[in-house]
Amino acid sequence: MTHRGSRVLHVGSLSRVEGEGALHLKVRGRRVTRAQLQIYEPPRFFEAFLRGRAHTEPPDITARVCGICPVAYQMSACAAIEDACGITVHPQVQELRRLLYCGEWIESQALHIYLLHAPDFLGRDSAIDLARTHRAEVERGLRLKQSGNAVMELIGGRAIHPVNVRLGGFHRAPTRAELAPLAEQLRRAADDAWQTVRWVAGFDFPDAEVDADFLALAAPGTYAIERGTPAVLRPDGRIETFPVYDFLSRVREEQVPHSTALHARLDGRRHLTGSLARFAISGRWLSRTAVQAAREAGLGDPCAGAVCRNPFRSILVRAVEIVYAIDEALRITANYEPPEHPYVEVPPVAGTGHGATEAPRGLLYHRYLLDSAGLVADARLVPPTAQNQGAIEEDLRRIAERALAQGDVGDEELRVLAERAIRNHDPCISCSTHFLDLTVDRGAATPAVPVDPGADSSATPGQAPR
Amino acid sequence: MNTPQRALPKLAVVKLASCDGCQLTLLNCEDELLALAGQVEIAHFLEASSVVRPGPYDLTLVEGSVTTADDALRIRRIRAESRHLVTIGACATAGGIQALRNFADVDEFRRTVYARPDYIDTLATSTPVSAHVDVDFELRGCPIDRGQLLEVITAYLAGRKPDIPDHSVCFDCKRRRTVCVTVAHGTPCLGPVTHAGCGAICPAYGRGCYGCFGPGRSANLPALIPLLRRDGMDEAAVERFLRTFNAAAFDEAAFDEEPRS
Repeated sequence: MTHRGSRVLHVGSLSRVEGEGALHLKVRGRRVTRAQLQIYEPPRFFEAFLRGRAHTEPPDITARVCGICPVAYQMSACAAIEDACGITVHPQVQELRRLLYCGEWIESQALHIYLLHAPDFLGRDSAIDLARTHRAEVERGLRLKQSGNAVMELIGGRAIHPVNVRLGGFHRAPTRAELAPLAEQLRRAADDAWQTVRWVAGFDFPDAEVDADFLALAAPGTYAIERGTPAVLRPDGRIETFPVYDFLSRVREEQVPHSTALHARLDGRRHLTGSLARFAISGRWLSRTAVQAAREAGLGDPCAGAVCRNPFRSILVRAVEIVYAIDEALRITANYEPPEHPYVEVPPVAGTGHGATEAPRGLLYHRYLLDSAGLVADARLVPPTAQNQGAIEEDLRRIAERALAQGDVGDEELRVLAERAIRNHDPCISCSTHFLDLTVDRGAATPAVPVDPGADSSATPGQAPR
Repeated sequence: MNTPQRALPKLAVVKLASCDGCQLTLLNCEDELLALAGQVEIAHFLEASSVVRPGPYDLTLVEGSVTTADDALRIRRIRAESRHLVTIGACATAGGIQALRNFADVDEFRRTVYARPDYIDTLATSTPVSAHVDVDFELRGCPIDRGQLLEVITAYLAGRKPDIPDHSVCFDCKRRRTVCVTVAHGTPCLGPVTHAGCGAICPAYGRGCYGCFGPGRSANLPALIPLLRRDGMDEAAVERFLRTFNAAAFDEAAFDEEPRS
């Protein structure tokens, strides 16, 4: 019983997350009195320097918020500005956008499953370490990831910060012949995706439950990706939707001292966006293959309203979403007819526009106010991780407390568990800056214990160590 | 059995203010990643591994720009631990899009984004790594090109200089046989003044180059600007065009009378 007193655990630099964050836990006996996900990613001030830019520029500029989900930024920016200007794009252009977005989903979810998350379940430090014993699996993950990148490279010009997206559509639409080799690669990827579902279904999942509200876009008839209406699933099972223009009055961001990200709450309550929320809200609209994959993975029947609230099992949902995104990409390529014009002109109109799409990590909202000269007068970006931060911290607290209730937990064991609790949510810290550093504080009775070679337990919030 | 244990060169990947896209480029080398992992010891790469081995490192790749007092100290520590230090991408090489603060009032920026600006610790400028420490090689791009990244890593592993051409994007359009978007369609394009490396993607997709690799060796902006004006951009639009992902570098080039050496 070496740790019965109070202690502080601080992980100064979280690994296998996107961006820079840390984690701080304060433990008194078997209670966790504070659980913080600290974000020290330096602020980059996108909302500020968007002011005065032309209305055509936010898709390229906001892509640079995040190298992992640039398409999400481009799509939410286009949706918001086209909304302000009263433009609807051609259905074929909309389909091409969805295809590009499927590429990002495949790439990003495969990245998280294989390179960031799976090593946790197999007790490894990294995918490279994992490849020493599971080479075929890691190679399969890399192939899957590559197939997503292939979609983005063909449709977008490159995988990171694609160049082909513009307001109103695309600079250039591919021909049918150009899409043919892509379909071939996607058919092979479909097998890899199925193997992924079976592989992760064999992992051991600790018990845990998220009690937050779920927020995801809903677009009845389809699993919402590039468009939809915000929908909230309360813990009692009620679903309520609200118009996207009400987003900022429902989801309010507040600033906390330990973070350069802003924390958001939905109607004053903690909420969670991302794979678990999407699966609960849109699961019935998954493709037949993806529904079958969900059942086989033990997620229940999405057509009967299956809900998964165990964040450790989110890896299963991500695997199912890859199956779905590949199905969708194949459907779109098979039915594809190039649009007559790759884009519609979007003349600027003074006013406000709102846009929301489903980034791989969850709902990404943009709002722009345009002036009469067509310049951005004001911009607001609400990324998924900033919305999820409250739910992630609560999850961290619960998971640590559950472990403490079951017996003595050493600092190292607690650190590993705490990092896993965070990685479950695939936080994208680069995104959330306006947005992470683990400290476990076990009180004054025992000195603070640095648990990471790079950690500095004396750090003050917001000035995290490296 | 009994193969002699050769110490592998140690690779570190570190991040300052950035979007993670350039380090993701390394993970996007799907065909080469596992082979590379056999040639180097990935000693510090937080995005990919929980193991952090202490320096010194043989090759350190730095993503991101310096925007906090803490990072300005950190980059000195990183330099001291690194035999070779290579910056990857427009942020580390030219300050990135966040260098737009260099032309504005950072306090106002802070107030625009944060309700409690006093919680936010930031410098008034976003500066490239070379403004703080010696850099052995600067790899351009927003984001960097995967092929160029592999070339830089293999060059340093082999102990030779990276073979990265510094001509303009125009050469690559010719090589791709892309019809010039400016000549044929009057589309404003930064290709003539932009460092090659992306493979001239934008013109191939029918849009003008927007300069994400920064100014090339022979950038002659005073000659290009009248063409941009002719093709319909007003002065403010030209300024915005040049002030994006390599804002500070193009600004410098714009006022150079002589071609850059």
